[in-house]
This record gives sequence, structure tokens and C-alpha cells, in this order.
Amino acid sequence: MKYLDEFRSPGVVKALAEKTKRLTGGHASYMEVCGTHTMAISRSGLRDLLAPEVELISGPGCPVCVTSDRDIDRAIAIASLPDVIMTTFGDMMKVPGSEGSLADAQSRGADVRVVYSPLDSLRVAAGTGCRVVFLGVGFETTAPTVAATILQAAAQNIENFYALSLHKLVPPALRALASQDDFRIDGFLLPGHVSAIIGSEVYNFLPEEFGIPCAIAGFEPADIMEAVYLLAAMEKPEVRTEYARAVRPGGNPKALEVMRRVFEPVDAEWRGLFTIPASGLALRPELSSMDAGTWEVELPEPKPRAACRCGDILLGRIKPLDCPLFAGACTPDQPVGPCMVSSEGTCASYYLYSGEAD
Amino acid sequence: MCLAVPAEVIEVLEGELATVDVGGARTKISLSLVEGVEVGDYVLVHAGFAIETIDEEEARKTIELLEELERLEGMR
Repeated sequence: MKYLDEFRSPGVVKALAEKTKRLTGGHASYMEVCGTHTMAISRSGLRDLLAPEVELISGPGCPVCVTSDRDIDRAIAIASLPDVIMTTFGDMMKVPGSEGSLADAQSRGADVRVVYSPLDSLRVAAGTGCRVVFLGVGFETTAPTVAATILQAAAQNIENFYALSLHKLVPPALRALASQDDFRIDGFLLPGHVSAIIGSEVYNFLPEEFGIPCAIAGFEPADIMEAVYLLAAMEKPEVRTEYARAVRPGGNPKALEVMRRVFEPVDAEWRGLFTIPASGLALRPELSSMDAGTWEVELPEPKPRAACRCGDILLGRIKPLDCPLFAGACTPDQPVGPCMVSSEGTCASYYLYSGEAD
Repeated sequence: MCLAVPAEVIEVLEGELATVDVGGARTKISLSLVEGVEVGDYVLVHAGFAIETIDEEEARKTIELLEELERLEGMR
């Protein structure tokens, strides 16, 4: 396929890996903060190609994984209301809350439907008298598609469509990570599709305030390897864009405007981490009549998750194999912590590609 | 979750919609998040929406740079 095959050449990937390893002159560790990168890196074996000189660490890059128990509990409570149909992306079904997942709620009779596009929810709404609630999850790549759907529902006067927004923002999370006293990495591999929306300039605070080099990467093996090479070759910390075919300095202004018309930033809890200021998106007050997040629902008591080390994994302090639960009490079928929950989670990706799945 | 695939715009339809070709498969997507898209352009498709247009010139530059880096490494 055009714009994919050109960025998959094994020769290019190998050449860049060799160059990068020489450049780092010993050891360097870079953190990717996008679950789609985590999967691409694992699938194409880039981690092994770069080891031991260059280490690729997976940060909190999966928006499904970082959704808090509390938010899942709220989604389940809403989905379980008798006159509600909940629509959402397939990734959300298995995420455990305090008392099971949406898939469990579905098996107890809740009407939960997986959709490919948020727009599919409008078709569901048109064919029912029930309230249809789209559960929106995702970073800046996905939030504009949900915002556009909400605007379309408003424009078409679809009165039984609602949204529950659990969207999260990447830059505030990067600031929170970089602000941790013991946070030590040599560079960030930044997410290409989030950046297609928000641009490259919004990351300037990372080199300027924290001295952290950044490279925005596409998702094919040569893209990722070139971005790693750019990080290793950087003489002074700055933001470089490897994925220039999709990422402009100011991002996609139309998508940003649609997002701004619908959402406003709110503090959000990141599962496995902590509450990060202005890192979530809620519907603006003028759209509150469509906001299922304002509904009063009864939530179960939160339960602490003993022994789960996801927080340390998301901060790059330990590897999945260092967690006592990995591949034992915690597997993709029975996930305990956020990193095992979605196929793009750090632990799930390690599990799949490290032979544990056999 | 943040996966987006390149697709060629085959036909621009009314209501900010388009028919696109994704590796041989035709599908209908929304163009409401992008501006100035024309037939023959490549867009990145995520969750049923074009989220950005692919810049052909920038893609070409990246490919050339990658080939140059590979060539230089081969000469070592």
C-alpha cells in the first residue's frame, strides 16, 4: 500500500539501528508514549535490534489502559440503565472496573454495542426509542471524531444521542511524567497521529523546560527507527518531526476547532498513575443536555489493586517481567492492571511478543 | 487505538463525505475534520474520519532521506 510499504524496508531499518547504536556511544533509553507505537515496536522486533545499547521504554500510551476504575464503573452503571444502549470502541469491552467490565455487564443484559466509528452511534440512535450513549475514549487522535459526531447530532436534532467523554490529552501527561523527580529518559518518541491533530509546536516545553529531546514518529518500522536515530543524533534538545507527511507545526486547525467547540479540559485520573491537571476532556456546559457524564448513577465502592505494579511500568521504572503478577495472575484474558487491559498496553504487548502467549 | 491508515480519495460526496480506497477496499468516510481535500489526495483515516491530508512532497523527502541513510551505512 502506498505510504506504508515505502517505510518498511528491512535494509533501512537495520542501517538506522546500527547508526543509532554507534551514535549513543554506550547507553540510551527512549520512551514511546503511544500504544500504537508500542505494538509496532513489539511486532517488528525493533527492541531487539537496538538492544543492549538503546532501550525503548513504554510509557502511558494507551488511552484505554489509563481509564480509571471509577470511570469504567460510571460507564457500566450508565450502560446498565434499562432504556440505554451504549456504543463504544471494541477496546473498551474488557477493561475491568471495580465490579467487572462492560463485557460482563453485557452478559448480565446491558445493551452494549461495539462500533467502528462514533458516527455509527447516530445510526443506532435513529433506529431506536432508547437513549444511545457513546462512550468516548482516546487521545487527541480520536477526540475530534467524537466531537464532530456530537456536533452532527446537535445539528440534526437527534434527541436520544448522548456522549460520555473519558478522553485524555497527551501533553499534560508528558508534563506530569517529566516533572517526576526520578524520571530519567534520554528522549521521547512522540505519537504521530495525536500530533497530526495537535501539531509539533505544543511539545516545545519538553526540550525548553525539561531538556528532553523529542521526535514525532510515524508507525511503520522505518519511521520509528528514523525517529530513534533523530533522537540519538540530536546535538541539543529540540522537537524533530520524522512524520512530516502527516504532522504540521500547528496541527490540523479544523480538527482542533471542532474539539474546542465541544470539549473543555478537566482534571483526570490516569489509572495506574495519579490525577493529572487539565488532562481530560469534558463536554462544554452549553452541551450539557447531551452529556451522560452529568447523570446521577450509583457507583460501587472502589477496590484497591494489591501487588499491581502498572504505575511503575507506566513511569518506566520497571519492565513488565519485573511485576509479580505478569503472565501469572495477570494475563490478557484476566487483566488485573491497566497495562494488560488493551492489546496496546505495555504488558499485553510484551505478553504477546515475548512467547508468554504460547 | 491511535491507528490511522492512508487512503486515496476516489470521490468527494455531498455532506462532507468521501469514498476512499484503503488498500483495494472502498469505504465511505467523513471529511468534516479536514479542509480542501480533492480526488486523488491521500488522507489518514481514523474511526471513519479523515484526520489529516498526507503531504506528498514531505513523504518523498522522508523516503529519500531514508534511502540516503541506508546507502551511507552500506558504504561503511
